[in-house]
Amino acid sequence: MALIEAKEISKVYRLGDINVNALSNVTLSIERGEFVAIMGASGSGKSTFMNIIGCLDKPTAGQYLLDGVAVGNLNRDELAEIRNKKIGFVFQGFNLLPRTSAIENVELPMLYDGFPYQERREKAIETLRIVGLESREHHLPNQLSGGQQQRVAIARALVNKAPIILADEPTGNLDTKTSAEIMELFVRLNRDSNITVILVTHEPDIAAYSRRTIRFLDGRVVSDELKKSARKRAED
Amino acid sequence: MINIPSTIKISLRALKVNKMRSALTMLGIIIGVGAVITMLAVGRGASQKVSEQIASIGSNLLIILPGATTAGGVRMGAGTQPTLTLGDAEAITKECPSVSDVAPDLSGIAQVVYGNQNWSTGIRGTTPGILRVRDWPLASGRSFTEQDVKSATKVCMLGQTVVENLFGSIDPIGKIVRMKKVPFTVIGILDRKGQSPMGQDQDDVVYIPVTTAQKKLFGTTFPGMVRVIMVKAKTMEDLKPAEKQITDLLKQRHRIRLGQENDFTVRNLTQVMQTAEQATRVMTILLGAIASVSLIVGGIGIMNIMLVSVTERTREIGIRMAIGAKTWDIRLQFIIEALTLSLMGGIIGIVIGLTGSEILSIIAGWPTIVSPLSIFLAFGFSGLVGIFFGFYPAYKASLLNPIEALRYE
Repeated sequence: MALIEAKEISKVYRLGDINVNALSNVTLSIERGEFVAIMGASGSGKSTFMNIIGCLDKPTAGQYLLDGVAVGNLNRDELAEIRNKKIGFVFQGFNLLPRTSAIENVELPMLYDGFPYQERREKAIETLRIVGLESREHHLPNQLSGGQQQRVAIARALVNKAPIILADEPTGNLDTKTSAEIMELFVRLNRDSNITVILVTHEPDIAAYSRRTIRFLDGRVVSDELKKSARKRAED
Repeated sequence: MINIPSTIKISLRALKVNKMRSALTMLGIIIGVGAVITMLAVGRGASQKVSEQIASIGSNLLIILPGATTAGGVRMGAGTQPTLTLGDAEAITKECPSVSDVAPDLSGIAQVVYGNQNWSTGIRGTTPGILRVRDWPLASGRSFTEQDVKSATKVCMLGQTVVENLFGSIDPIGKIVRMKKVPFTVIGILDRKGQSPMGQDQDDVVYIPVTTAQKKLFGTTFPGMVRVIMVKAKTMEDLKPAEKQITDLLKQRHRIRLGQENDFTVRNLTQVMQTAEQATRVMTILLGAIASVSLIVGGIGIMNIMLVSVTERTREIGIRMAIGAKTWDIRLQFIIEALTLSLMGGIIGIVIGLTGSEILSIIAGWPTIVSPLSIFLAFGFSGLVGIFFGFYPAYKASLLNPIEALRYE
């Protein structure tokens, strides 16, 4: 069974008297270990799709199965628990807690999962090492560069061993060189730890790191193509 | 699963980041708790003082005054007619079951002389029952006895003020003092009693047997006359029955006909004092209530700041929710913040309240008593205020939509 299975998902927003179809009848599935780029102009429905995939939102119609679990029937707290255990979020604006050290930011998901202090510390240090931030544990976000902040965010997404990383324009605020480094990190995580990476971007350069590109337009999937070259390029 | 120690840590960090704001928010609670403790201490001090004064008169006390007679249509005031006798006092002792002790009083003022010292004071002729009626122990020596009363012995017991003025450091027991040229042997010294509720020095007194006063010191208009009879009822509950028993007995003894006015008055002094005590109690409650208002205002201050804090940290809340914080994780975080503010404010407020009470009693001279209960109450109340006023902001935070919260700038 696929890790992510969307079956005829629709999402309708009401804006005043008008119904806006953010998503209409989207059906697709993503297997464990895939590296997917989701592309589309703003308003194409890709963000709505990401929110639903990330269990931050529920579809108005259709069914979404995450790891075999029908998410549509779950309540707020059950969704929070799924997000905690199955999904790691990486945002464009990093979204680290301000005035909170890198290590404490990374510990956050474990905090809500009830890990004891010692274990949290150890795992956070280990995960920061994976993303290449050892010795920066006690820096505050504003003492770190954009690339370093994004690494902290990735560490936070990784630390609970979530099988999925959802990255929403993760390189949107970074320069080209740093963007490449971050993308290499995603590629490495995908390859070495078999983590499913789903990436929202509108930059073809960034999408090129993926092995599969899904394009959205007006709430529908307009193309879904696999690329053989991506893996090769990453390994160069 | 909610990790309480970590949630506390998160909350404390948020407070530390906004030190100035936290301190100002706490100030409301500090003032509230401080005011509650100080006001309750003032009230309690006042009522304690009243209680002490009531106790100093003697408990369960009835006073029988003569007079209130009507002479040819002219109603005389209480005490104008000397109608009470030693016989009345003895009869009350014998026939009123609700009465435990009786002490008649025939008093006058006389110069007391010892050696080359003299002192003018109130001389009270009474019976040994006076010590029990007024709950007044002896400091040293002995009381005069029923035998002394029967044989009108010239013995006396001195109050502390008299002792100080006449004897200084000399032990007065066994010494001879003179009143109106009559020599009296000092046999007992009364313990210190302090001021009466009316501010009189109760220690400025000499007690002698009532018969000695009647026969040798003041004389009487008719045999056995006394001015006042003081009666102690067995218990508080016996006061009413005692009053009735005494009235019935004296009516009979004085041959008061039906419809005729009594020539004596029975007064319940304790009741009068209890009214005063009740008044101070009401004052305490009132002061406490006013102070509580400031505590509630402090609580509203907390709620205000917490609401601002929730709005300010919308994005943070969104991040926490995306990462897996559940409804109660978020709620607890903000409730603990509010609770920490109010409890820390409470602790500082207790310190301020204790110092404030101390300063008041030193500067203004008011007696203040801080009871552990009022500390506990103020602290508990500030905790409740924290939870109560922290809940709404916390509830609001927990209902945020994570998607919108994450987008919040």
